[in-house]
Amino acid sequence: MIAELFVNALISGLLLGGFYAAISIGLSISFGLLDTVNIAHPTFLVLGAFLAYILNSEAGMDPLLAGVLMTPLFFLLGLFIYSVYYQFFEKTSAEALRGLAFFFGILFITEVVMIMAFGVDHRMVSAPYANGSLGGSILGMELSVPYRMLSVFVVASIMTLGLHLFFSRTFFGRASRAVHQDMLALSLMGVDPIRVKRIAFAIALATCGVGGALMIIMIPIEPAVGRLYIGNVFAIVVLGGLGSISGTLIAAVLLGVAESVVSTFLGPSWSPAVSFGILLGVLALKPSGMFGVGDTR
Amino acid sequence: MKSILTNRVRVKLLGGVMAAALLLSAPISTNVQAADKKPIKIGFSMALTGALAGGGKQALEGMELWRADANAKGGLLGRKVEFVYYDDQTNAKNVPGIYSKLLDVDKVDLVVSGYGTNLIGPAMPIVIDRDILFMGLFGMDNNKKWKYDKYFQILPAGPKPAEGFSHNWFEALKELGGIKTIALLAADAEFARNLKEGALANAKKAGLEIVYNKNYPPKTPDFTPIVRAVNAKKPDAFYIASYPNGSAGLVRALAEVGTKAKAVGGGMVGLQFAGLMKGLGPNLNGILNYDFYVPEPTMELYPGAKDLIARYQAKVKAENLKTDELGYYLVPWAYAYLDVLGQTVNAVGSVDDHEALAAYMHKTEFTSVVGKVKFGEFGEWTESRTIVVQYQNIKNNDIDQFSRAGTRKIMFPTDIKTGDVKPYNDLR
Amino acid sequence: MSLMRQYKFEIGCLVALVLAFTMTQMGLNRFVFFAGFAVLQYAMIATAWNILGGYAGYINFGTAGFLGIGSYTAIALINYSDASIVEQIIAGGVVAGLLGLGIGYFTLRLKGVYFAIATLALAIVVETIVNNWDFVGGAAGVSILPARNPELLGVLVVHKKLGVFSNYKEFLFFLMAALTIMSVWIARTIEKGKLGRGLNAIKDNEEAAECMGVPTLKLKLITTTISGGLMGMAGAVFPSYLTFVDPPTAFNLEFAVNSLAMPMIGGTFTWLGPILGAVLLGTVQQVAIVTISSELNLLILGLLLVIFVIAAPHGFLGWFMKKNKR
Repeated sequence: MIAELFVNALISGLLLGGFYAAISIGLSISFGLLDTVNIAHPTFLVLGAFLAYILNSEAGMDPLLAGVLMTPLFFLLGLFIYSVYYQFFEKTSAEALRGLAFFFGILFITEVVMIMAFGVDHRMVSAPYANGSLGGSILGMELSVPYRMLSVFVVASIMTLGLHLFFSRTFFGRASRAVHQDMLALSLMGVDPIRVKRIAFAIALATCGVGGALMIIMIPIEPAVGRLYIGNVFAIVVLGGLGSISGTLIAAVLLGVAESVVSTFLGPSWSPAVSFGILLGVLALKPSGMFGVGDTR
Repeated sequence: MKSILTNRVRVKLLGGVMAAALLLSAPISTNVQAADKKPIKIGFSMALTGALAGGGKQALEGMELWRADANAKGGLLGRKVEFVYYDDQTNAKNVPGIYSKLLDVDKVDLVVSGYGTNLIGPAMPIVIDRDILFMGLFGMDNNKKWKYDKYFQILPAGPKPAEGFSHNWFEALKELGGIKTIALLAADAEFARNLKEGALANAKKAGLEIVYNKNYPPKTPDFTPIVRAVNAKKPDAFYIASYPNGSAGLVRALAEVGTKAKAVGGGMVGLQFAGLMKGLGPNLNGILNYDFYVPEPTMELYPGAKDLIARYQAKVKAENLKTDELGYYLVPWAYAYLDVLGQTVNAVGSVDDHEALAAYMHKTEFTSVVGKVKFGEFGEWTESRTIVVQYQNIKNNDIDQFSRAGTRKIMFPTDIKTGDVKPYNDLR
Repeated sequence: MSLMRQYKFEIGCLVALVLAFTMTQMGLNRFVFFAGFAVLQYAMIATAWNILGGYAGYINFGTAGFLGIGSYTAIALINYSDASIVEQIIAGGVVAGLLGLGIGYFTLRLKGVYFAIATLALAIVVETIVNNWDFVGGAAGVSILPARNPELLGVLVVHKKLGVFSNYKEFLFFLMAALTIMSVWIARTIEKGKLGRGLNAIKDNEEAAECMGVPTLKLKLITTTISGGLMGMAGAVFPSYLTFVDPPTAFNLEFAVNSLAMPMIGGTFTWLGPILGAVLLGTVQQVAIVTISSELNLLILGLLLVIFVIAAPHGFLGWFMKKNKR
């Protein structure tokens, strides 16, 4: 019985980790690689989720397809936001803190825009592949995996692994990993670091298309729901180590599994304390997160 | 797409006709008369942004409908009614300042509360300080410590609200028979935790064995581990006191993982909202939950509620309002808490004599769109009138099925019963 | 005369205190005290935040955790015994100060964003503990009944006719004013003293400071303790003001936003900055809430944040100084 609960909790945690990875991966790029403290990231995810909802309920479009179609839109939004951010903060080499206040402002503005455009009510979608669950009996244990979480996990994995490969294998990816370490070297190589940053930031924001679609498949949304996830996404990015996309993925799964196991055996009420306790513990032992590059800025 | 369009046109026409009818039905002479005198200002804070904004905006529309009705009848005491209200952002911190502004700067004649216990609480010392009448909307035992004699509220949960709220649910359980063990789960949030405390007391009173009693954080995204942990305890009944996010997550997780519990639900806030009912669709079948008003034929004992909701729904469509499409949850109650106040003002003939207003409220049995209302000593209802419904016959995610009878059948109280309680799995 | 000049600031503090007291005796419109309380509380929080964030460059993102623990210490004390509000404030300050000391120790190797995120994590852990602590109401929240006619040291503080203050909210306003003035005095004393210079050295370059013999660890611990303690005191007054407290209120995200936005808007390098920022942003927020009856009040807050940080990159004080130099 306990073994059955434990294995189920592990599977649930792994799948939940996929969802967490999908909502943190964008921040891992914008915050981890580019030092922009985009606290509005979860709110942009909610925006993506609302757009997916509208396309689904008005035009009958599949939410995931909607998410993919919205990606260029969020990419453009990212280009625009970074241009503003660059103009007023990076260029004047203002502290990251000022950028934080800027993104807080963006968070509130985006929330109000969503309230005016979509209202304040909870919204959900039901995708045909997100109903019921895959069940089976292995070694005498009854296991069940909801299709809803499985589909979220699969899409999230494809997205995060794709981004991981992109940022570790391509020239552009390596260039954007280098921007915060050595801007000068980059310019000597004939790369415009600002352009690299702008595009990398736009990619980070573009994840809010598919990420938002996954969000609304997973949970009901309302305009203020993004605030609840600020703690989680920052914890995951920092726990994984700034600048490490694979670290983010591992941290997301770790927190997902921790939450799931604690929920099952200790009671769900304690799961935030355990997740953030893990973060504090890791930071105390290794100040740059699990897979950080040692530089503790 | 075409059907959507024609629907819209039809709805707009309907809305227009209704608006015109309203305008014509308002006697012009009283309007002129009412306009002559100083209007009566009613002030309140309301959650228009933040976590409770969904309820807040729906309540505000219900209140506006009452105001339109009151003014069409010539206002209160022959004076027009005006609202002065501000957004508390679902943040209790803003409430004291708002009520002080309403009373000290805007000089409103009467104040009523915003939506929800934690946003009513911070207004209490201010109204008590000035010794004025205060109407609450869906407050859970706000007056327990203050014992203030001029506070009244409209949540129909009886004199001991926490226990009264789930009392009927446990009565409905008896119909199922063979319930010996129970699991209890609540969201880590004010309303839900109070509901669970009440349910715990009721479960003990009913002699049930408590096999699981835990809370979950409101932002939990995945509820399958919780449902499995509960299932491992093999409860006969599973009482859930949850907030919208958790309600949706739990209904899904229950449908996905399954459960052998015969009765599931109880205090799940949010399943009454159009957005969640539409999103969850057939997953809701079998859930046994509380409600306040459902479109079942026996609900005629709430005079005017059906028309009120029809007007609300027409208004939402005609003006393309971004609020709950159905409005069952809050509209009648938001209307009623002002209606009760309005009836009192008209009967007493004053808005300034708060002693007389409170005395009248204490002694009167009101009739409003939520049926008969009688307040007890500290402003709670004298009897609990939460209804217990079971979700049945839900075929798809179409919103319109929820405005017809048969999807949320009334299980308790017995005098308005429209269906029989069935075990959760019989309806899956 | 020279004594006057030497204690110019302290005299200013006393004058401000007397002014706040006089305000409560003038029978002003009571809304002044509600709005004033909110602004003063922010001034105190911003000042406390700036001691660590502005002088030492350590960004505390867990303001809500310190405030919340202050509030809940007060609540625990009220539930345990009929402690007076002064005792509540002292206890709230001590417990939050200890938490500050703890986080200082725990995160002494952390810098920059890691420190910020660690404080955020701490706030969430504290909130979770409070959620599960039923003695203080837990997640269900708790209702506080402030004494109707409290006495302090045998003096009737609040009474309609006989008390020093005719109304409880006027008393709280004065209390908050006194606490804020005290915080500002502490902040300025730190800024002008050895501690402030040491912190500045840490902000510029911690390794260099250490090499030069600045006891960085000790200074950091003193600072996290003072900063946390002051936030706890600001939080301890909260239950008496609200009378109903639940964790979402006590640990609201708004505290984190405002506590860092206000010093930044005013200017982080001097004690005047946080006050200026709190008065500016706090007043606009208070006014926006009670004049705009829709979600647009939140939009104003957002736009203000964006415009302020863009228009005044070094805060308003920085802006003025630049103007004067030209």
